[in-house]
Amino acid sequence: MTHAADTPGVSLHHLDQLWFQVAGTLCNLTCDHCFISCSPQNDSFGFLSLEQVRKRLQESVALGVKEYYFTGGEPFLNREMVEILEETLQYGPATVLTNGTVLKDEWLNRLRAAANASLFSLEFRVSVDGFSPETNDPIRGAGTFDRAMRGVVRLVDHGFLPIITAARTWADTEETAVVNQFVDTLKKAGYSRPRLKILPTLQLGAEENRTHGYREDERVTAEMLQDFDVDHLICSHSRIVTDRGVYVCPILIEADDARLGESLDDSLDDFKLAHGACFTCYQYGAICSNSSHQLTQPPERAS
Amino acid sequence: MRLAFFGGIYNNYLALDFAIRDAKQRGVDAIYCLGDMGAFGPHPDRVFPLLHEHNVHCIQGNYDNSIGNELNDCQCGYTDPRDNYFAEISYAYTLQNTSPENRTFLKNLPTEIRFDFGEHRVLLCHGSPRRMNEFLWQSTCSTHFLETLADEHEADIILATHTGIKWHRKLSEGRHFVNVGVLGRPENDGTALVWYTLLEQASSADGPVLEFIPVEYDYRRLAAEMASENLPDEFIQTVHSGWWTTCLEVLPGKERAAGKF
Repeated sequence: MTHAADTPGVSLHHLDQLWFQVAGTLCNLTCDHCFISCSPQNDSFGFLSLEQVRKRLQESVALGVKEYYFTGGEPFLNREMVEILEETLQYGPATVLTNGTVLKDEWLNRLRAAANASLFSLEFRVSVDGFSPETNDPIRGAGTFDRAMRGVVRLVDHGFLPIITAARTWADTEETAVVNQFVDTLKKAGYSRPRLKILPTLQLGAEENRTHGYREDERVTAEMLQDFDVDHLICSHSRIVTDRGVYVCPILIEADDARLGESLDDSLDDFKLAHGACFTCYQYGAICSNSSHQLTQPPERAS
Repeated sequence: MRLAFFGGIYNNYLALDFAIRDAKQRGVDAIYCLGDMGAFGPHPDRVFPLLHEHNVHCIQGNYDNSIGNELNDCQCGYTDPRDNYFAEISYAYTLQNTSPENRTFLKNLPTEIRFDFGEHRVLLCHGSPRRMNEFLWQSTCSTHFLETLADEHEADIILATHTGIKWHRKLSEGRHFVNVGVLGRPENDGTALVWYTLLEQASSADGPVLEFIPVEYDYRRLAAEMASENLPDEFIQTVHSGWWTTCLEVLPGKERAAGKF
């Protein structure tokens, strides 16, 4: 990929977050808005083995990685997922992004024990897209809302406090009503203190067909980065390991220029913000993280 | 040599007064405060005479930076609307009730302090050595990450606050990362206690000795004063119960699960 002359680059300040595309692009669901078009048939990226993850965990120590994230696809389609999380919790905090539909008590019992034995948090982020079957299922598939809710309750029953993550597929003006309704739904389902994370949609993959792609002018320019704190761009503090090498971020694994190298050590170079998704990251901050990276632009003086 | 380290005071001048007297009774050679003098509690200006009178060495927290520069936000780093709602109430109250002289004092505070403690290089910061408002929670910091902070910032003992919950991790080569806790509000453990940290040179070769000290101040009086200042009932409930009722969404899973709400 060639870049426009004024496309700014971002250097990796510190590798705080190491991601693993642990299920590749394989998923039991086929969501209409998936930014990398995951499905049961999409094997363009494959599973990572425990051995592959272990190698990068070991490599991550010298780089001072702060926390680990696991995504896919659906991570729990990976038969070694429980072992991978058990091992990761010996290194640091782990977050797994799941659709919540395939969780088994046997796995959660083991992960409860591993989380109890670790100094570090094990976070589950469960993705849904509406707060009822009527809103969720047209995007994620028939029956998926009820299945995800059962997964949430199962996690709560095992002592976890899952972060329910929803892409904002409603109008901004409806946000408060939509969120309040969802909190009620979660409480009725047995989750008494629900944690929520609302994400903007990314105009990529399946979402490009559902709505539209990025316009040509939706790009980050050098001028936009003046007086801007680049620490809230995910490429300033993250990389993602896949079975095809190390990429810059979880959103761009299908972009040719986003593959930076084979190992972590050779994936630490600057990255050019040439993509529409970089524009979303610029607008909203590193939305992929749990919440630790915030916009830190100095506020204005009080009037 | 024995040193005391206070974390966020959050206007809790009663706990500060108790902690200063307690530390002096323990024979400390110096007292340091790692910032965030304001927020949450009543009567912001009552903190400063105590800091000055007892020669407490202070660094600037994000709250101090905001109040000192009269910004319109506390820079606490919340993302949840409910957390921000309560943060705005306490920030507006603190900004309104901090005198110009005290704002100037906050504005001019250093953002870090460094000194040698025996053979150890000590670094005091508010959130982290690299960012004033970074939350470093026990359950979201790998040990190798903390090692990197110590390497990159050339420190053997890093002391920070900002999260509101104390913790300590031993690192390689006799180094330490310490969150000193806060004096401002209880640490979400169901008790009304607040905490500070003592650091002492050991006589043996084991390196410095670290101790977290509970502060049993008059929390009922604080709660009464908060009520008379019309501060939110949610804050007052925390002072009594020790359970956080606000700022909950920044907590990682492990710390959140340890609380009640």
